[in-house]
Amino acid sequence: MAEPVFAPWADPNEKPLIQFKGVTKRFGDFVAIDNLTQDIFAQEFFALLGPSGCGKTTMMRMLAGFETPTEGQILIAGQDMAGVPPNKRAVNMMFQSYALFPHLSVAENIAFGLKREGMPKGNIDDRVKEMLRLTRLERFAQRKPHQISGGQRQRVALARSLAKAPKLLLLDEPLGALDAKLRQQTQFELMDIQEKTGTTFVIVTHDQEEAMTVASRVAVMDEGRIMQVATPAEIYEQPNSVYVADFIGDVNIIEGTATPEGKGYDVAWAEGQRPFHAETDKSFSKDQRCFLAMRPEKVAISTDEPEARNRVQGKIIDIAYLGNLSTYHVELPGGTMMKAQTANTRRLSRRALTWEDQVWLSWTDTAAVMLEG
Amino acid sequence: MKRFSAFNAVSLTLGFAFLYLPMLILVIYSFNSSKLVTVWAGFSTRWYGELLQNEAFLDAAWVTIRVAVVSSTIATVLGTMAALVLVRAGRFAGRTLFSGMIYAPLVMPEVITGLSLLLLFIGIGLDRGVLTIILAHTTFSMCYVSVVVSSRLVSFDRSLEEAALDLGCTPFQAFRLVTLPIIAPAVISGWLLAFTLSLDDLVIASFTAGPSATTLPIKIFSAVRLGVSPEINALSTIMIGIVTVGVITASLISKRATLRQQAEEQAAIRA
Amino acid sequence: MRRFALIAVPYAWLLALFLVPFLIVFKISLSDTAIAIPPYTPTLDISGGWAAIKGFLSELDFENFVWLTEDDLYWKAYLSSVRIALISTILTLLVGYPIAYAMARAAPEWRPTLLMLVILPFWTSFLIRVYAWMGILSNEGLLNAFLLWTGLISEPLTILNTNAAVYIGIVYTYLPFMILPIYSALEKMDDSLLEAAEDLGCSRMEAFWLVTIPLSKQGIIAGCFLVFIPVVGEFVIPSLLGGSGTLMIGKVLFEEFFNNRDWPVASAVAVILLLILIIPIILFQRNEQKAREAEG
Repeated sequence: MAEPVFAPWADPNEKPLIQFKGVTKRFGDFVAIDNLTQDIFAQEFFALLGPSGCGKTTMMRMLAGFETPTEGQILIAGQDMAGVPPNKRAVNMMFQSYALFPHLSVAENIAFGLKREGMPKGNIDDRVKEMLRLTRLERFAQRKPHQISGGQRQRVALARSLAKAPKLLLLDEPLGALDAKLRQQTQFELMDIQEKTGTTFVIVTHDQEEAMTVASRVAVMDEGRIMQVATPAEIYEQPNSVYVADFIGDVNIIEGTATPEGKGYDVAWAEGQRPFHAETDKSFSKDQRCFLAMRPEKVAISTDEPEARNRVQGKIIDIAYLGNLSTYHVELPGGTMMKAQTANTRRLSRRALTWEDQVWLSWTDTAAVMLEG
Repeated sequence: MKRFSAFNAVSLTLGFAFLYLPMLILVIYSFNSSKLVTVWAGFSTRWYGELLQNEAFLDAAWVTIRVAVVSSTIATVLGTMAALVLVRAGRFAGRTLFSGMIYAPLVMPEVITGLSLLLLFIGIGLDRGVLTIILAHTTFSMCYVSVVVSSRLVSFDRSLEEAALDLGCTPFQAFRLVTLPIIAPAVISGWLLAFTLSLDDLVIASFTAGPSATTLPIKIFSAVRLGVSPEINALSTIMIGIVTVGVITASLISKRATLRQQAEEQAAIRA
Repeated sequence: MRRFALIAVPYAWLLALFLVPFLIVFKISLSDTAIAIPPYTPTLDISGGWAAIKGFLSELDFENFVWLTEDDLYWKAYLSSVRIALISTILTLLVGYPIAYAMARAAPEWRPTLLMLVILPFWTSFLIRVYAWMGILSNEGLLNAFLLWTGLISEPLTILNTNAAVYIGIVYTYLPFMILPIYSALEKMDDSLLEAAEDLGCSRMEAFWLVTIPLSKQGIIAGCFLVFIPVVGEFVIPSLLGGSGTLMIGKVLFEEFFNNRDWPVASAVAVILLLILIIPIILFQRNEQKAREAEG
């Protein structure tokens, strides 16, 4: 039996947990958030992704109550949060710096929020134990923050912010301070904990791989606006703009003009060259300027002319050998550069392609996404 | 590797000799049995004995200590508040005047501070005595405290306070439970600074002290104006001794504490 | 509300005990001396209403300031204070720089100790440190005894109660203020800069002048102001080490107030002293701000 797909955003009857309604935030002349409207649903793992300064941290700090919107409304569980101070919100935050209290032990840090709630001592101890178990920190309960490793500190910060069982947990670049290996491992732990506790997570990150791994939905932000909100797969396969396509992963962007043809369009991209064909649901008028976005791994490279409709000949300018993959930078007629990626399933010496080789690039009709800009 | 030359060694030796020889000589001559302070006539602790018989000095010392304890304590509270205002309060009407009033006493000649406070006390009809010295000392030492504390607050990671708020603290609880314990070393050194400034002060105390209360520096000053005296040598030696022991212990303790604190905070902030 | 209280308490304290007293000084400097208690006129009686205030204001004038310019004691004292402060600042820099420089080049594990040795005298009573020199510099003092013993001089030199003694006292007591900012500027300096300079063809001496000195400029300026500003108003050192020929304005003010009981003139002296110091104080604040900006 297949598990039901978790997609509350697709269900019109579902009530959102968080609602941004026309929220604008200005710092002096600087517009950090520009008239933003967005719903986030209970139990989602929602990622805010964007370059630094795009407004993602401001959005999170408005949810926590450290910033107030200049205009618009933020609702949590239907309640308008205007005027509710951070200490009165059922929202907790995991800080980028972790912000562990240096003068308190791990257990005291975790118990800190519970004590403020006025929870009885026995219950606090139980809850702290539970959180220590959840984050596998039992052995470090009595240590001070500086006596444990970076990864452990990260888990203390998580335990502390989860201890009060908030409706909503905000994570500000939670893994930014960890090294690459530990980060991957911790991503899965985060997802695991999110699933176990059923808490709604909103995570801020500039690392697209992290967002893709952990999130149920990703919001790609730029200059105070959300460019696209979708599942990781949709964001990657069907970006809605050149900005999103370019921001997520590696991509070839080819500019051209559209002519309707079959189930899609032919895109003329260079004088005297055969147009590329792409299937799409979107409609373009004749001769409209458009962009083709193609992931390098969807572009095949070969020495013999392939049969595919989309094929073009070029010269290898550069080869980036990444171990498991190789990326070929190929110069097309007219100087356009295009990247093609192949998995290195064979030994290095057996591969035939090298610099200056004339090669064919090809891809299917559905490989390229047509974008307006 | 830095190059430490012979020239550097000579500068250090001469420099520290210059800084410490005069005090060393003072200490040695306090054990001179002769009344003539420049002629060595054998070892004796007689001046210490006489000093302890001198009620006027003992009274003045007692006044000085009381003034220093009270004024440095009030100054620490006010100075810490002022530091919070400077670093945290953001913009408010009269901010420039406020920070001006914090920094001005640090560079204001003592004669002017003393004179102005005296004229105020006379103007409002406040009798000069222990109270007026305390008010005067509190006023200028709170500025020193606020400079010391605010330099610590500037490097304080605000997200620690935000975390406390996020976990349910009121702003005051966040200060008491998180900020204060972490900036405590700076607050303590602010207190120590205020305490020593008060112990040392001659000029402002001369203006604000009345006949009912005289501090030790005033007593010493009027005695040494007449020339070098072996009793003052003995008194100076005692004071140098107390300060030396105090500073060395305090610096050892605070060195350990700040090292730990720094390690803790940095560890907490960075991975 | 809480924020208001936090601001209001220290603010009110400083207004009442710093700003108001200074305004009183300013006001009294415009009054006339009188044989009364308090010894000046007019006094303001607010119960008299607006007329009283107007009458009061009309009696204020700049007579005391005019008088200060006429009696050459005062402007000589100002000039001499500034001159003594300038000369002793330069002397302190000459003595302090090599010490700070050597400290910055010492092995890192030694630096905290050296630093503490520089700071330690600062915690010791200023008065006692000045007093220590009285015994050394007097005619029968140790310095003369030593010089006579070496045969360099045949008769004791008169040092105590001259300007020379004042310079020695100032350099001695203010040395830490000069060393500390210079040291902290030099300590931050990367030694590879000197190596780079030498690599590019400088001699060691040139590298020192072209790299070390400019990089410690901020510290030198801060140190000089930290010495110059308080020395102008210095009272203890000229009283104990200086002679009748040592004119310094802090001492004049003190005596004017306590010995002559001329409060209006003393207040006028204070106002002018402050006016003289305002320029270096502002320059000093600018330098500090620049340093902070450079760091932050």
